[in-house]
Amino acid sequence: MDETVAEFVKRTILKIPVAEMMTILQAWGFLSENQLQDINFRKRKESLVHDLVLLCEEKRARVSDAALLDIICGDIDLFDMKQFKSSFKKILQRALKNVSVTFRDAEENAVWIRIAWGTQYRKPNQYKPTYVVYYPQTPYAFISSSQLRSSIPLLGQALTIASKHHRIVKMDFRSRYLDSLKAIVFEQYNQTFETHNATTPLQERSLGLDINMDSRIIHENRIEKDRVQKITEEVFGDYPQPRLEFAQYKLETKFKSDLNRGILAERNEPLRCLVKFSSPNLLEALKSLAPAGIADAPLSPLLTCIPKKRMNYFKIKDK
Amino acid sequence: MLKEDCASDLKVHLAQSLPLPSNVTRPRIDLIVFVVNLHSKYSLQNVEESLRHVDAAFFLGKVGFLATGAGRDSHCSVHRNTVLRLAQAYRSPLLFCDLEVDSFRVSMAQRLVRMLQVCAGHVPGVSALNLLSLMGSSENPSAEGL
Repeated sequence: MDETVAEFVKRTILKIPVAEMMTILQAWGFLSENQLQDINFRKRKESLVHDLVLLCEEKRARVSDAALLDIICGDIDLFDMKQFKSSFKKILQRALKNVSVTFRDAEENAVWIRIAWGTQYRKPNQYKPTYVVYYPQTPYAFISSSQLRSSIPLLGQALTIASKHHRIVKMDFRSRYLDSLKAIVFEQYNQTFETHNATTPLQERSLGLDINMDSRIIHENRIEKDRVQKITEEVFGDYPQPRLEFAQYKLETKFKSDLNRGILAERNEPLRCLVKFSSPNLLEALKSLAPAGIADAPLSPLLTCIPKKRMNYFKIKDK
Repeated sequence: MLKEDCASDLKVHLAQSLPLPSNVTRPRIDLIVFVVNLHSKYSLQNVEESLRHVDAAFFLGKVGFLATGAGRDSHCSVHRNTVLRLAQAYRSPLLFCDLEVDSFRVSMAQRLVRMLQVCAGHVPGVSALNLLSLMGSSENPSAEGL
Protein backbone atom coordinates (compact mmCIF):
# COMPACT_ATOMS: atom_id res chain seq x y z
CA MET A 1 0.00 0.00 0.00
CA ASP A 2 1.26 3.36 -0.99
CA GLU A 3 2.39 5.65 1.83
CA THR A 4 -0.07 8.36 0.89
CA VAL A 5 -2.93 5.86 0.83
CA ALA A 6 -1.83 4.50 4.21
CA GLU A 7 -1.81 8.00 5.60
CA PHE A 8 -5.26 8.66 4.13
CA VAL A 9 -6.65 5.46 5.64
CA LYS A 10 -5.10 6.28 8.99
CA ARG A 11 -6.54 9.78 9.07
CA THR A 12 -9.97 8.60 8.00
CA ILE A 13 -10.13 5.97 10.71
CA LEU A 14 -8.84 8.45 13.29
CA LYS A 15 -11.87 10.64 12.63
CA ILE A 16 -14.26 7.90 13.72
CA PRO A 17 -15.31 8.04 17.38
CA VAL A 18 -14.42 4.79 19.11
CA ALA A 19 -18.04 4.21 20.10
CA GLU A 20 -19.08 4.08 16.46
CA MET A 21 -15.99 2.30 15.17
CA MET A 22 -17.48 -1.18 15.00
CA THR A 23 -20.69 -0.08 13.24
CA ILE A 24 -18.86 1.95 10.65
CA LEU A 25 -16.27 -0.70 9.92
CA GLN A 26 -19.05 -3.24 9.50
CA ALA A 27 -20.88 -0.92 7.16
CA TRP A 28 -17.69 -0.41 5.22
CA GLY A 29 -17.40 -4.13 4.69
CA PHE A 30 -13.76 -4.08 3.70
CA LEU A 31 -12.51 -6.00 6.74
CA SER A 32 -14.12 -9.36 7.32
CA GLU A 33 -16.32 -10.19 10.31
CA ASN A 34 -13.62 -12.45 11.70
CA GLN A 35 -11.05 -9.73 11.49
CA LEU A 36 -13.37 -7.28 13.19
CA GLN A 37 -14.10 -9.77 15.98
CA ASP A 38 -10.39 -10.07 16.67
CA ILE A 39 -9.89 -6.37 17.23
CA ASN A 40 -9.55 -5.10 20.74
CA PHE A 41 -11.54 -1.88 20.81
CA ARG A 42 -10.54 -1.15 24.36
CA LYS A 43 -7.04 -0.19 23.42
CA ARG A 44 -5.93 3.39 23.28
CA LYS A 45 -7.22 4.91 20.11
CA GLU A 46 -3.81 5.49 18.58
CA SER A 47 -2.87 1.89 19.05
CA LEU A 48 -6.24 0.70 17.77
CA VAL A 49 -5.93 2.78 14.64
CA HIS A 50 -2.44 1.46 14.07
CA ASP A 51 -3.76 -2.12 14.19
CA LEU A 52 -6.54 -1.32 11.80
CA VAL A 53 -4.21 0.31 9.32
CA LEU A 54 -2.02 -2.77 9.39
CA LEU A 55 -5.03 -4.92 8.64
CA CYS A 56 -5.93 -2.68 5.74
CA GLU A 57 -2.41 -2.89 4.43
CA GLU A 58 -2.51 -6.66 4.55
CA LYS A 59 -5.68 -6.64 2.54
CA ARG A 60 -4.19 -4.16 0.12
CA ALA A 61 -6.64 -1.34 0.59
CA ARG A 62 -6.77 1.04 -2.32
CA VAL A 63 -7.64 4.70 -2.46
CA SER A 64 -11.16 3.83 -3.55
CA ASP A 65 -11.69 1.68 -0.47
CA ALA A 66 -10.46 4.46 1.77
CA ALA A 67 -12.66 6.92 -0.06
CA LEU A 68 -15.65 4.70 0.57
CA LEU A 69 -14.84 4.63 4.25
CA ASP A 70 -14.61 8.40 4.21
CA ILE A 71 -18.09 8.68 2.76
CA ILE A 72 -19.54 6.28 5.29
CA CYS A 73 -18.07 8.16 8.23
CA GLY A 74 -19.46 11.32 6.87
CA ASP A 75 -18.51 14.70 8.12
CA ILE A 76 -18.92 14.53 11.86
CA ASP A 77 -19.64 18.22 12.01
CA LEU A 78 -22.95 17.45 10.32
CA PHE A 79 -26.21 17.51 12.17
CA ASP A 80 -26.55 15.14 15.11
CA MET A 81 -30.21 14.62 15.92
CA LYS A 82 -29.66 13.28 19.42
CA GLN A 83 -27.47 16.18 20.31
CA PHE A 84 -29.97 18.70 18.95
CA LYS A 85 -32.80 17.21 20.98
CA SER A 86 -30.89 17.08 24.21
CA SER A 87 -29.51 20.56 23.74
CA PHE A 88 -32.93 21.99 22.90
CA LYS A 89 -34.54 20.38 25.91
CA LYS A 90 -31.77 21.49 28.27
CA ILE A 91 -32.01 25.09 27.19
CA LEU A 92 -35.74 25.23 27.85
CA GLN A 93 -35.43 23.39 31.12
CA ARG A 94 -32.71 25.68 32.36
CA ALA A 95 -34.82 28.73 31.63
CA LEU A 96 -38.13 27.43 32.93
CA LYS A 97 -38.08 24.82 35.60
CA ASN A 98 -41.39 23.47 34.40
CA VAL A 99 -41.61 22.62 30.74
CA SER A 100 -42.42 19.38 28.98
CA VAL A 101 -40.76 18.68 25.68
CA THR A 102 -41.63 15.73 23.47
CA PHE A 103 -40.00 14.76 20.20
CA ARG A 104 -41.26 12.67 17.33
CA ASP A 105 -39.20 11.75 14.31
CA ALA A 106 -41.14 12.20 11.13
CA GLU A 107 -40.58 11.47 7.46
CA GLU A 108 -38.14 13.48 5.37
CA ASN A 109 -35.81 13.74 8.35
CA ALA A 110 -38.08 16.16 10.12
CA VAL A 111 -38.51 16.28 13.86
CA TRP A 112 -41.77 17.26 15.48
CA ILE A 113 -41.48 18.94 18.83
CA ARG A 114 -44.26 19.49 21.31
CA ILE A 115 -43.69 21.95 24.11
CA ALA A 116 -45.98 22.52 27.04
CA TRP A 117 -45.06 25.65 28.93
CA GLY A 118 -44.96 26.20 32.67
CA THR A 119 -43.16 28.65 34.92
CA GLN A 120 -40.82 28.40 37.87
CA TYR A 121 -43.82 27.85 40.09
CA ARG A 122 -46.48 26.32 37.88
CA LYS A 123 -46.69 22.97 36.17
CA PRO A 124 -46.73 22.94 32.39
CA ASN A 125 -50.09 23.68 30.82
CA GLN A 126 -50.74 20.66 28.64
CA TYR A 127 -53.72 22.27 26.96
CA LYS A 128 -51.86 25.09 25.27
CA PRO A 129 -48.82 23.47 23.72
CA THR A 130 -46.70 24.85 20.94
CA TYR A 131 -45.75 22.60 18.05
CA VAL A 132 -42.58 22.97 16.04
CA VAL A 133 -41.62 21.10 12.92
CA TYR A 134 -37.91 21.35 12.24
CA TYR A 135 -36.12 20.18 9.10
CA PRO A 136 -32.46 19.85 10.10
CA GLN A 137 -31.14 19.81 6.56
CA THR A 138 -32.69 23.19 5.98
CA PRO A 139 -32.63 26.44 7.90
CA TYR A 140 -36.37 26.39 8.41
CA ALA A 141 -38.63 25.59 11.31
CA PHE A 142 -42.40 25.81 11.29
CA ILE A 143 -44.07 26.90 14.49
CA SER A 144 -47.73 26.67 15.39
CA SER A 145 -49.17 29.94 16.59
CA SER A 146 -48.29 30.09 20.20
CA GLN A 147 -51.01 30.82 22.70
CA LEU A 148 -48.40 32.19 25.05
CA ARG A 149 -46.58 35.04 23.39
CA SER A 150 -43.97 35.32 26.11
CA SER A 151 -42.62 31.91 25.20
CA ILE A 152 -41.77 32.82 21.60
CA PRO A 153 -38.39 34.51 22.21
CA LEU A 154 -37.24 31.64 24.40
CA LEU A 155 -38.33 29.12 21.80
CA GLY A 156 -36.44 31.01 19.13
CA GLN A 157 -33.35 31.07 21.28
CA ALA A 158 -33.53 27.36 22.02
CA LEU A 159 -33.91 26.53 18.34
CA THR A 160 -31.04 28.78 17.30
CA ILE A 161 -28.59 27.44 19.85
CA ALA A 162 -29.54 23.80 19.56
CA SER A 163 -29.33 23.89 15.77
CA LYS A 164 -26.03 25.76 15.89
CA HIS A 165 -27.22 28.64 13.80
CA HIS A 166 -26.39 32.25 14.55
CA ARG A 167 -29.80 33.77 14.70
CA ILE A 168 -33.42 33.17 13.98
CA VAL A 169 -35.53 35.36 11.75
CA LYS A 170 -39.28 35.37 11.89
CA MET A 171 -40.75 35.22 8.39
CA ASP A 172 -43.92 37.14 7.60
CA PHE A 173 -45.42 33.99 6.29
CA ARG A 174 -48.39 32.21 7.84
CA SER A 175 -50.89 29.61 6.82
CA ARG A 176 -52.94 26.84 8.37
CA TYR A 177 -51.54 24.35 5.91
CA LEU A 178 -48.07 23.14 6.77
CA ASP A 179 -47.76 21.37 3.42
CA SER A 180 -48.33 24.62 1.57
CA LEU A 181 -45.80 26.51 3.66
CA LYS A 182 -43.32 23.71 3.03
CA ALA A 183 -44.09 23.65 -0.68
CA ILE A 184 -43.39 27.36 -1.02
CA VAL A 185 -40.40 27.55 1.28
CA PHE A 186 -38.71 24.48 -0.20
CA GLU A 187 -39.83 25.45 -3.70
CA GLN A 188 -41.56 22.16 -4.35
CA TYR A 189 -44.77 23.53 -5.78
CA ASN A 190 -43.74 24.08 -9.34
CA GLN A 191 -44.15 20.57 -10.61
CA THR A 192 -46.61 20.27 -13.42
CA PHE A 193 -49.33 17.82 -12.55
CA GLU A 194 -51.39 16.03 -15.12
CA THR A 195 -54.43 18.05 -16.09
CA HIS A 196 -57.14 16.82 -18.43
CA ASN A 197 -58.00 19.87 -20.44
CA ALA A 198 -54.77 21.78 -20.38
CA THR A 199 -55.96 24.03 -23.17
CA THR A 200 -59.28 24.93 -21.59
CA PRO A 201 -59.20 28.34 -19.91
CA LEU A 202 -59.55 28.27 -16.16
CA GLN A 203 -63.04 29.52 -15.42
CA GLU A 204 -64.57 27.48 -18.16
CA ARG A 205 -62.98 24.39 -16.74
CA SER A 206 -64.75 25.02 -13.50
CA LEU A 207 -68.12 25.25 -15.23
CA GLY A 208 -67.57 21.83 -16.69
CA LEU A 209 -68.01 23.01 -20.26
CA ASP A 210 -65.64 22.53 -23.08
CA ILE A 211 -66.45 25.76 -24.81
CA ASN A 212 -63.46 25.73 -27.09
CA MET A 213 -64.67 22.59 -28.78
CA ASP A 214 -68.01 23.88 -29.99
CA SER A 215 -67.75 25.74 -33.26
CA ARG A 216 -71.06 27.48 -32.65
CA ILE A 217 -69.41 29.56 -29.95
CA ILE A 218 -67.26 32.37 -31.20
CA HIS A 219 -64.96 34.25 -28.88
CA GLU A 220 -64.74 37.78 -30.13
CA ASN A 221 -61.83 38.65 -27.89
CA ARG A 222 -59.79 35.54 -28.61
CA ILE A 223 -56.53 37.45 -28.89
CA GLU A 224 -56.98 39.20 -25.57
CA LYS A 225 -58.12 35.99 -23.90
CA ASP A 226 -55.06 34.18 -25.13
CA ARG A 227 -52.80 36.97 -23.95
CA VAL A 228 -54.33 36.90 -20.49
CA GLN A 229 -54.09 33.12 -20.38
CA LYS A 230 -50.45 33.21 -21.40
CA ILE A 231 -49.51 35.82 -18.80
CA THR A 232 -51.38 33.98 -16.08
CA GLU A 233 -49.59 30.76 -16.90
CA GLU A 234 -46.24 32.47 -16.94
CA VAL A 235 -46.81 33.97 -13.53
CA PHE A 236 -48.62 31.15 -11.76
CA GLY A 237 -47.67 28.11 -13.77
CA ASP A 238 -49.91 25.33 -14.92
CA TYR A 239 -50.05 23.49 -11.58
CA PRO A 240 -52.27 23.74 -8.50
CA GLN A 241 -51.20 26.50 -6.17
CA PRO A 242 -50.18 25.83 -2.56
CA ARG A 243 -52.87 26.80 -0.10
CA LEU A 244 -52.68 30.06 1.76
CA GLU A 245 -55.68 31.65 3.41
CA PHE A 246 -54.60 35.25 3.87
CA ALA A 247 -52.52 38.02 2.49
CA GLN A 248 -52.32 41.16 4.56
CA TYR A 249 -50.97 44.53 3.50
CA LYS A 250 -50.30 47.24 6.03
CA LEU A 251 -50.18 50.44 4.03
CA GLU A 252 -48.67 53.68 5.19
CA THR A 253 -48.81 55.69 2.04
CA LYS A 254 -49.99 59.01 0.82
CA PHE A 255 -53.37 59.17 -0.82
CA LYS A 256 -53.24 59.22 -4.61
CA SER A 257 -56.16 60.26 -6.72
CA ASP A 258 -56.98 61.09 -10.32
CA LEU A 259 -58.89 64.15 -9.20
CA ASN A 260 -56.76 66.99 -7.94
CA ARG A 261 -59.12 68.08 -5.27
CA GLY A 262 -60.31 66.39 -2.12
CA ILE A 263 -59.46 66.50 1.55
CA LEU A 264 -57.59 63.23 1.46
CA ALA A 265 -55.36 64.36 -1.40
CA GLU A 266 -54.35 67.49 0.50
CA ARG A 267 -53.18 65.51 3.49
CA ASN A 268 -49.43 65.55 3.94
CA GLU A 269 -49.06 62.66 6.32
CA PRO A 270 -49.42 59.17 4.97
CA LEU A 271 -52.63 57.31 5.55
CA ARG A 272 -52.58 54.09 7.50
CA CYS A 273 -54.72 51.31 6.28
CA LEU A 274 -54.89 47.56 6.41
CA VAL A 275 -55.99 45.48 3.46
CA LYS A 276 -56.58 41.82 4.05
CA PHE A 277 -57.42 39.26 1.40
CA SER A 278 -58.87 36.00 2.58
CA SER A 279 -59.85 32.92 0.66
CA PRO A 280 -60.01 29.14 1.06
CA ASN A 281 -57.16 29.09 -1.44
CA LEU A 282 -55.77 32.56 -1.97
CA LEU A 283 -53.26 31.80 -4.70
CA GLU A 284 -55.78 29.91 -6.80
CA ALA A 285 -58.19 32.80 -6.41
CA LEU A 286 -55.55 35.30 -7.54
CA LYS A 287 -54.70 33.05 -10.47
CA SER A 288 -58.32 33.07 -11.63
CA LEU A 289 -58.81 36.86 -11.40
CA ALA A 290 -57.53 37.87 -14.83
CA PRO A 291 -59.04 34.95 -16.77
CA ALA A 292 -62.38 35.66 -15.11
CA GLY A 293 -62.19 39.27 -16.29
CA ILE A 294 -62.22 40.67 -12.77
CA ALA A 295 -58.73 42.12 -12.98
CA ASP A 296 -56.35 43.16 -15.71
CA ALA A 297 -53.39 41.02 -16.56
CA PRO A 298 -50.65 41.19 -15.42
CA LEU A 299 -51.67 41.43 -11.78
CA SER A 300 -49.94 43.73 -9.39
CA PRO A 301 -46.55 42.35 -8.35
CA LEU A 302 -47.59 42.90 -4.74
CA LEU A 303 -49.97 39.98 -5.23
CA THR A 304 -47.88 37.76 -7.44
CA CYS A 305 -44.70 37.99 -5.38
CA ILE A 306 -46.15 36.02 -2.47
CA PRO A 307 -44.62 32.59 -3.24
CA LYS A 308 -41.36 34.07 -4.49
CA LYS A 309 -40.85 36.28 -1.47
CA ARG A 310 -42.32 33.69 0.91
CA MET A 311 -44.32 36.40 2.55
CA ASN A 312 -47.96 37.00 3.02
CA TYR A 313 -47.80 39.80 5.52
CA PHE A 314 -46.51 43.01 4.01
CA LYS A 315 -45.75 46.50 5.20
CA ILE A 316 -45.84 49.05 2.46
CA LYS A 317 -44.57 52.59 2.72
CA ASP A 318 -43.89 55.32 0.22
CA LYS A 319 -40.27 55.43 -0.85
CA MET B 1 -78.21 27.43 -24.78
CA LEU B 2 -76.61 25.25 -27.39
CA LYS B 3 -77.91 22.17 -25.62
CA GLU B 4 -81.48 23.26 -26.21
CA ASP B 5 -83.46 21.66 -28.98
CA CYS B 6 -83.93 24.36 -31.53
CA ALA B 7 -85.02 24.21 -35.12
CA SER B 8 -82.91 27.25 -35.93
CA ASP B 9 -79.18 27.36 -36.39
CA LEU B 10 -77.83 28.90 -33.22
CA LYS B 11 -74.53 30.70 -32.85
CA VAL B 12 -73.25 32.45 -29.76
CA HIS B 13 -70.65 35.20 -29.83
CA LEU B 14 -68.94 35.93 -26.54
CA ALA B 15 -67.30 39.27 -26.01
CA GLN B 16 -65.86 41.03 -23.02
CA SER B 17 -67.04 44.43 -24.17
CA LEU B 18 -68.21 46.42 -27.15
CA PRO B 19 -67.36 47.50 -29.75
CA LEU B 20 -66.50 44.19 -31.37
CA PRO B 21 -63.30 43.93 -33.40
CA SER B 22 -64.13 45.41 -36.77
CA ASN B 23 -61.89 43.33 -39.01
CA VAL B 24 -64.14 40.26 -38.81
CA THR B 25 -67.23 39.43 -40.84
CA ARG B 26 -70.17 38.22 -38.83
CA PRO B 27 -73.69 37.03 -39.51
CA ARG B 28 -76.56 39.27 -38.46
CA ILE B 29 -76.87 39.72 -34.69
CA ASP B 30 -80.38 39.05 -33.46
CA LEU B 31 -80.09 39.46 -29.72
CA ILE B 32 -77.58 41.09 -27.42
CA VAL B 33 -77.58 40.02 -23.79
CA PHE B 34 -75.52 42.12 -21.43
CA VAL B 35 -74.44 40.11 -18.43
CA VAL B 36 -73.97 42.15 -15.28
CA ASN B 37 -72.30 40.52 -12.32
CA LEU B 38 -73.82 42.18 -9.28
CA HIS B 39 -70.69 41.33 -7.31
CA SER B 40 -68.57 43.62 -9.43
CA LYS B 41 -68.88 47.35 -10.03
CA TYR B 42 -66.43 46.86 -12.84
CA SER B 43 -68.92 44.61 -14.56
CA LEU B 44 -71.62 47.27 -14.47
CA GLN B 45 -69.20 49.92 -15.65
CA ASN B 46 -68.14 47.76 -18.54
CA VAL B 47 -71.74 47.19 -19.62
CA GLU B 48 -72.57 50.89 -19.37
CA GLU B 49 -69.65 51.75 -21.61
CA SER B 50 -70.45 49.00 -24.09
CA LEU B 51 -74.06 50.16 -24.39
CA ARG B 52 -72.89 53.36 -26.03
CA HIS B 53 -71.66 51.38 -29.01
CA VAL B 54 -74.97 49.68 -29.72
CA ASP B 55 -77.03 50.91 -32.64
CA ALA B 56 -80.40 52.35 -31.59
CA ALA B 57 -82.30 49.80 -33.68
CA PHE B 58 -81.31 47.04 -31.31
CA PHE B 59 -83.23 48.61 -28.49
CA LEU B 60 -86.51 47.65 -30.12
CA GLY B 61 -86.55 44.32 -28.40
CA LYS B 62 -83.15 42.93 -29.38
CA VAL B 63 -81.32 43.84 -26.20
CA GLY B 64 -81.66 42.23 -22.79
CA PHE B 65 -79.90 42.46 -19.48
CA LEU B 66 -79.00 39.47 -17.37
CA ALA B 67 -78.01 40.11 -13.78
CA THR B 68 -76.21 37.36 -11.94
CA GLY B 69 -75.16 37.01 -8.34
CA ALA B 70 -78.30 38.33 -6.67
CA GLY B 71 -78.56 35.19 -4.57
CA ARG B 72 -75.49 36.08 -2.51
CA ASP B 73 -76.60 39.40 -1.15
CA SER B 74 -73.52 39.95 0.99
CA HIS B 75 -71.28 39.80 -2.08
CA CYS B 76 -73.28 42.31 -4.10
CA SER B 77 -71.61 45.65 -4.66
CA VAL B 78 -74.11 46.70 -7.30
CA HIS B 79 -77.59 47.38 -6.06
CA ARG B 80 -80.53 45.65 -7.66
CA ASN B 81 -82.15 49.00 -8.35
CA THR B 82 -79.11 50.21 -10.23
CA VAL B 83 -79.51 47.53 -12.89
CA LEU B 84 -83.27 48.02 -12.86
CA ARG B 85 -82.82 51.68 -13.66
CA LEU B 86 -80.29 50.88 -16.34
CA ALA B 87 -82.69 48.44 -18.01
CA GLN B 88 -85.52 50.96 -17.78
CA ALA B 89 -83.34 53.70 -19.28
CA TYR B 90 -82.74 51.49 -22.30
CA ARG B 91 -86.32 50.20 -22.42
CA SER B 92 -85.07 46.65 -22.32
CA PRO B 93 -85.99 43.61 -20.23
CA LEU B 94 -83.98 42.65 -17.20
CA LEU B 95 -83.65 39.05 -16.12
CA PHE B 96 -82.13 37.79 -12.90
CA CYS B 97 -80.34 34.49 -12.88
CA ASP B 98 -77.62 33.11 -10.67
CA LEU B 99 -75.50 31.56 -13.39
CA GLU B 100 -73.60 29.47 -10.90
CA VAL B 101 -76.68 27.39 -10.14
CA ASP B 102 -77.15 24.63 -12.65
CA SER B 103 -80.95 24.50 -12.67
CA PHE B 104 -81.30 28.28 -12.95
CA ARG B 105 -78.86 28.26 -15.81
CA VAL B 106 -80.83 25.64 -17.70
CA SER B 107 -84.16 27.43 -17.39
CA MET B 108 -82.60 30.77 -18.30
CA ALA B 109 -81.00 29.17 -21.33
CA GLN B 110 -84.39 27.92 -22.48
CA ARG B 111 -85.87 31.36 -22.03
CA LEU B 112 -83.08 33.04 -23.95
CA VAL B 113 -83.37 30.61 -26.83
CA ARG B 114 -87.11 31.36 -27.16
CA MET B 115 -86.34 35.08 -27.02
CA LEU B 116 -83.69 34.68 -29.64
CA GLN B 117 -85.99 32.78 -31.97
CA VAL B 118 -88.54 35.58 -31.75
CA CYS B 119 -85.91 38.25 -32.32
CA ALA B 120 -84.61 36.40 -35.34
CA GLY B 121 -88.09 36.34 -36.78
CA HIS B 122 -88.32 32.54 -36.59
CA VAL B 123 -91.56 32.51 -34.65
CA PRO B 124 -94.51 33.34 -36.89
CA GLY B 125 -96.80 36.06 -35.60
CA VAL B 126 -94.48 37.33 -32.88
CA SER B 127 -91.91 40.05 -33.42
CA ALA B 128 -89.18 41.33 -31.16
CA LEU B 129 -91.25 44.40 -30.46
CA ASN B 130 -94.26 42.29 -29.46
CA LEU B 131 -92.10 40.39 -27.07
CA LEU B 132 -90.72 43.58 -25.64
CA SER B 133 -94.12 44.97 -24.81
CA LEU B 134 -95.15 41.66 -23.26
CA MET B 135 -92.06 41.46 -21.10
CA GLY B 136 -92.03 45.13 -20.29
CA SER B 137 -95.29 45.02 -18.36
CA SER B 138 -94.16 42.28 -16.00
CA GLU B 139 -90.84 44.00 -15.22
CA ASN B 140 -92.55 47.29 -14.39
CA PRO B 141 -91.23 48.40 -10.98
CA SER B 142 -94.46 49.97 -9.91
CA ALA B 143 -96.14 46.59 -10.24
CA GLU B 144 -93.52 45.01 -7.97
CA GLY B 145 -94.80 46.75 -4.90
CA LEU B 146 -98.13 44.93 -5.12
